[in-house]
Amino acid sequence: MSDVIGYILIALGILFNLFGCVGLVRFPDVYNRLQASTKCVTLGTFLLLVGVALANGTGPMAAKALICGVFVLVTSPTAAHAIAKGAYASGVALWEGTVVDQYAEHVKRAKSK
Amino acid sequence: MQILMQIFFLGLCACCFMCLYRIGRGPSAPDRTVAIDILGIVVVGFCGLLGLTTGQDFYLTVALAWALLSFIGTIALAKFLEGRSFDE
Repeated sequence: MSDVIGYILIALGILFNLFGCVGLVRFPDVYNRLQASTKCVTLGTFLLLVGVALANGTGPMAAKALICGVFVLVTSPTAAHAIAKGAYASGVALWEGTVVDQYAEHVKRAKSK
Repeated sequence: MQILMQIFFLGLCACCFMCLYRIGRGPSAPDRTVAIDILGIVVVGFCGLLGLTTGQDFYLTVALAWALLSFIGTIALAKFLEGRSFDE
């Protein structure tokens, strides 16, 4: 029973990974790509690793898969945040359809203080 | 079961090739950095699936080490993009 749930979770995770990577290819802007791909791929890989742990049962492999999943869940948003800040600081222009840029307003307000 | 695993591996290979497309085409350096980050995370999942199919648990150790190295590399690249040195 638990290995059926594990395989369903693996399939779901790979589906999330695929959607995230399609977003990485199709979206027009660094920030849009970051937004689409990072969240989808993080959740997808977490589900995949939990599925590996469930499908394998108990033992060292399941423990390592769970540790690895939690590690990915913690570190990947941190890395995405750092990339977004770096991209903004290196002067990548926003997509022309962008309607609001709250980070620029924040920086201007912090400078005028 | 064999066919199911092949479908899983094909899906992850498609993810890897989409990331490689963005690494090659990406108009700016942050695009490539994002794609390298995503490729690292996808490869972690790939190692996990490889460990499940072969039944060898050292693939999961490889996945852990890969996740750590990918995170550190991405942070270093982001710092480099921001134009600061590493001890700031």
